[in-house]
Amino acid sequence: MTAAMTMTAAQGRLAKRRRKDSIFAVAGAVAVALTLLWILFLFTTLTVRAIPAMTTTELRLEIRLDPERIPANNPRRGDWRNLLAESLNTLLPETATREEQKLARNLPSKGTIHLLRNTVAENPGLIGTTRTFWIPVADPLDQYRKGLLAPAENTDGAGVTILSPEQAALFDTLRAQNKIRTRPSWRFFRNPDSRFPALAGIAGAAVGSTMAILVCFLVAFPVGVAAAVWFEEFAPRGKRTDLFRINVYNLAAVPSIIFGLLGLSVFLNLFGMVRGSPLVGGLVLALMTLPIIVVVSSAAIGAVPREIRDAALALGASRQEAMRHHTLPYALPGILTGAIIGLARAFGETAPLLLIGMNAFLATTPASFTAPATALPAQIFLWADQPERGFVSRTSAAILALLVLLFAINLAAILMRYHFENKRRRGR
Amino acid sequence: MTGLTAATALAAALLTLTAPAAWSQEPVHIVGSSTVFPFTQAVAEEYASVSGGGAPVVESTGTGGGMKLFCGGVGSATPDIVGASREIKESEIALCEQNQVGSLTEVLIGYDGLSIAQSRSGAALSLTVEQIYLALAAEVPADGDFVENPHERWSDIDPALPDSEITVFGPPPTSGTRDAFVELAMEAGCSAFAEVLALKAARRDVVCARMRGDGHFVEAGENDNLIVQRLVADESALGIFGFSFLQENQDALRGVSIGGVAPSFASVRDRSYPLVRPLFFYIKNSHRGVVDGLEDFVFEYVDEAAIGDDGYLAERGLVPLSEEERGRVREAALEATPLR
Repeated sequence: MTAAMTMTAAQGRLAKRRRKDSIFAVAGAVAVALTLLWILFLFTTLTVRAIPAMTTTELRLEIRLDPERIPANNPRRGDWRNLLAESLNTLLPETATREEQKLARNLPSKGTIHLLRNTVAENPGLIGTTRTFWIPVADPLDQYRKGLLAPAENTDGAGVTILSPEQAALFDTLRAQNKIRTRPSWRFFRNPDSRFPALAGIAGAAVGSTMAILVCFLVAFPVGVAAAVWFEEFAPRGKRTDLFRINVYNLAAVPSIIFGLLGLSVFLNLFGMVRGSPLVGGLVLALMTLPIIVVVSSAAIGAVPREIRDAALALGASRQEAMRHHTLPYALPGILTGAIIGLARAFGETAPLLLIGMNAFLATTPASFTAPATALPAQIFLWADQPERGFVSRTSAAILALLVLLFAINLAAILMRYHFENKRRRGR
Repeated sequence: MTGLTAATALAAALLTLTAPAAWSQEPVHIVGSSTVFPFTQAVAEEYASVSGGGAPVVESTGTGGGMKLFCGGVGSATPDIVGASREIKESEIALCEQNQVGSLTEVLIGYDGLSIAQSRSGAALSLTVEQIYLALAAEVPADGDFVENPHERWSDIDPALPDSEITVFGPPPTSGTRDAFVELAMEAGCSAFAEVLALKAARRDVVCARMRGDGHFVEAGENDNLIVQRLVADESALGIFGFSFLQENQDALRGVSIGGVAPSFASVRDRSYPLVRPLFFYIKNSHRGVVDGLEDFVFEYVDEAAIGDDGYLAERGLVPLSEEERGRVREAALEATPLR
């Protein structure tokens, strides 16, 4: 009886433990599912919002490039405003009233003049000819065409006048005449920033970010690895080294904005370097990444089996040779992975860049490391604040571009790790 | 620590290697007020397109932050122009003098008005700045002392005002519009009270600037379109906007008269409407002729195509100056007339 009782008690306990096991497994699965769902949600909303930024709505317009309005010696200084207004009037019947002409004037994006200027300045031979252009329409019409904005009368509920029914009606008429088209556009990837959504792109910010990251890598990687090698291989053991090490490790936990302040006071105020340049941005990001690279590299070098080092030393290699020929190649996959993840973090960093001025509005792509530039995350920050509707989709698209780049960097880290590990195995 | 010093040493080395060439090669650099930013941004893009050369660098730092950078000295590391949503302060002029910045030229580009708006379907309202202060401050004077704002309805402040609940939608503290509102309406209103004037300066700033947090003043975020919808839904509610926004929504909204003056282009321009602030930029004259394109940029900024009645800055919401004033401003800007 006692034995039977013990049996049942044991079986009961066993069932309870198994139940706990399965609850634990389910909880884990739920956690993973939630994470995936969240990522899926993030990507779907971003993609759905970003799609409109990939196309542009254009208006077909015959423009007579009147030599009287465009000085041949300096086409950029021409009277483009009136030239465009006259061409737009040709879209209307001759009997059009001033009100209707005003509607026509508001059809194209105000940035059209910039496009025309550039086109003609690059081909002065066009002056005097009549050309057919496909010009981007104003942002509210672009949003209307994409179904993101409905025309609203002034007197109705919302009272927002960004698109009047008359404007929309004129647009619909032109569309019926096949004078409107919607095309995929590479402007988002090819253009620098602009205050006109139809012309704004991430090229300037992407170049700025890339240059800053290049500087960051060139500074932080060699210095970081050298510091780690010294800590692991050459530093005298003792309290002083430990103090150094703890300090560097602590630096890895310092909020990035502090490095921005440091950059502001040292690079800008003390050295007088150019505010907002990728060189300064890269150096600030390097200060931020450096401790991470030191920590990761130390761990990677520390994980190299002692025997490898000892064998090299026993065969007569100097400490420096043992390190260069054996320890470092063995630790390289770990070092690279850590460095790339550190760089990826720097790539997405905004706070320190705001302090050193890498968040300026710039209508051109930066030409050199010492010219002011904007970084991609700062560009997102700038666009999120713009009132025009077209920037909503551009902001989402820029976020997506940043995420894709970060994924690519992380993927590169993983691939590189596999590559080096395979090489080492084959070499053995 | 070694890493850090090594990096600094390396940075110093890099600096000497890549030391910027003659600073005339650098683009025009503009900092300053976030209110002036959209206008400067427009001029910068226009200038870059017309000249076909390098685009100016436009940074939004706020007026105070911009002045600190601007008055930091002369040379390529300092900005050439600072945008300001108020006149330069004495302390800032002193800072400029201390750093030997030299003469400055002040350019008034136009006005930015603030409007308090209500739905067109409600009865027209007229307020004074004192009433605005009594309705929206966290603390108000009562019997020689300060108490938490007891006013629930407009009629609690003045029986002549409508018997409806006080609900005002306004911008959050991060917004420049909020700063302007506090300065132009709240501070003007509170300094009419003897009890406030008797306070110490620090305490006075708190009493005048702190908005009530009990639901009668609602921070509605930066999205003005959302405030419009709420005003239309509740005809007794008021909203605080930039002037240009009221202009765009004249059909749904009506501006509340302040001190008997309704907001309009005319009353903003002649400044009889009290909630108006001028927008400026200041040019560092020692950089003129040295920084490539600075002169042309200033020319573009004060050109009729920009600050004129039909200019592209008016399209972005600037209230232009009168034609006569524009002529004077243009002359002063182009001839580098020094401040004072």
